[in-house]
Amino acid sequence: MTSLRTFLTYEHETTATMSDRLKIFLLLCPALIVIGVLFFGGLFVGLMRSFNYMPVIGLTKPNLDAYSALFTSADFYRSFLLTFHIAFTSTVISTVIAISAALLLRQTFFGRTTLNFLFQLNLTVPHIIGALGILYLFSQSGSFARLAYQTGLIEKPADFLVLVFDPFAFGIILQYVWKEVPFIGVIVLANMQAIGQDYESVARSLGASKWQSFRHVLLPLIFPGALSASIMVFAFTFGAYEIPALLGASHPQALSVLAYKSYTDVDLGARPQAMAMAMTIAALSTLMIFFYARATRARIRT
Amino acid sequence: MNRDPFALRSFRVLTGIALIVWLVLPLIPLAIWSFAKGWRFPSLLPQEWTLQAWHYALSSTSGVLHSLLLTFWIALCATLLSILIGVPAGRALGLYRFRGKGLIELLIIAPIIVPGIAVALGIHGVFIALGLTNTVSGVILVHLIPTLPYMTLVMAGIFANFDPAFEQQARSLGASPIKVFWHITLPAILPGLIIGGLFAFLVSWSQYLLTLLIGGGRVVTLPLLLFNFASSGRNDITGAISMIYVLPGVIILLITAKHLSGRNVAVRGLGHP
Repeated sequence: MTSLRTFLTYEHETTATMSDRLKIFLLLCPALIVIGVLFFGGLFVGLMRSFNYMPVIGLTKPNLDAYSALFTSADFYRSFLLTFHIAFTSTVISTVIAISAALLLRQTFFGRTTLNFLFQLNLTVPHIIGALGILYLFSQSGSFARLAYQTGLIEKPADFLVLVFDPFAFGIILQYVWKEVPFIGVIVLANMQAIGQDYESVARSLGASKWQSFRHVLLPLIFPGALSASIMVFAFTFGAYEIPALLGASHPQALSVLAYKSYTDVDLGARPQAMAMAMTIAALSTLMIFFYARATRARIRT
Repeated sequence: MNRDPFALRSFRVLTGIALIVWLVLPLIPLAIWSFAKGWRFPSLLPQEWTLQAWHYALSSTSGVLHSLLLTFWIALCATLLSILIGVPAGRALGLYRFRGKGLIELLIIAPIIVPGIAVALGIHGVFIALGLTNTVSGVILVHLIPTLPYMTLVMAGIFANFDPAFEQQARSLGASPIKVFWHITLPAILPGLIIGGLFAFLVSWSQYLLTLLIGGGRVVTLPLLLFNFASSGRNDITGAISMIYVLPGVIILLITAKHLSGRNVAVRGLGHP
């Protein structure tokens, strides 16, 4: 798991004495109660209901029916693959572009201040706005389709590429890349600025090429920071709801959309399955993050 | 810098321009739509410009102003609660080393990493029992799931750079704990607290799913209204609400721009909302 230490260093940290312990406990208590009740309580209730266990309405014998129904359903696997594809592709593309952009932003060039400002501005824009923008740009009657018509490339909207509501989730990935490049970018850029250019200068003066000094000197140094940012992006894109709900095809749907649909289904019998899907999302994102974090640690050690 | 060949410099400028265009591009059709009248395929620009969408959005019948106030109120309450609970927790994490700290950090980071839908369905069940579904208080409470861990992280970062020796000196000179907090601690943490608070506000401001589920469609914040207008194909009104919806972010950025860098923890938590 990522620890706070990947985010910050404790400069004035002191080892707690006995009298400090009580103070620490009291300071942490309200936050732990709120997070414990809302977050872990929510997870726990979801888990119980995914086992069909709900004493309030007389369901007192937990079972695995919801999970067996889920894991034998082809729809679930299609949704899972789609969701994984969305998260993985968005994360990889965003990370690569973000590192390149950070390299660019480190240099002085015309437009750097503007770019820097836009990176930060983008961080404040809600995802749903990005999704609507992508929709109006890339749909079959959107700006690019109009441009294609005006330049004679297509004759009617339907001739334009299906980039939104498409089975490959192109529109969803575009939106995530738009939003996450600045997020990873500012973190990587800050890492680069903290590291400075001395190490690379040494490598260069010893005869390394530009590429070699990037690949073997700078990249290993920024890797932990970039990876921890990518992990957050992966977890977010794996479970986010509104973007696939707005830009996704009607079939297959992203897991979060499928879970919400089953939960709000008129047939209350679908609820345990919705809970089981939610638990699958929780378990998988936790698991993947665990592997990612182990990879980070291994990388730092070598 | 001047040693770089011309080709490399041109490449840099061109990539920079491409990135700038790409970052602004999705916002442009939204802005144009808000002033457009019947902007049909295949016109690149609207044939007629109008303020109708803005008139409608700002009229009392559309519900936009009501949603705006409601979204603001929910974000404000969630932020204040997060500050109240997150500042002490951040202090404990930022200043002390103790057994089990790693575990506590993990418990606090978990809500940031685990997707909202995984928790929200379970909470919905509990909130039904407590009568909190479809209420504004329920929505404020559920917004604490993303805002509180965020605020705690930001405050831990701020207290990590805070030297408690100043407090001890003030105490030894006879100042009461309240006085010490008011005159020593608060001024030291205030800049970070304000930036963290503004961004926690944005985290709540951006929530969609948690509001939809716990508010049950009764608590209509701006993103919900936006989604409704977008799904009903009212692109002009969607455009106008979008412009209103991004405004607080722009204002907050202009206020805080000079304090921000990727090293600031406030920026780091912002990717997940």
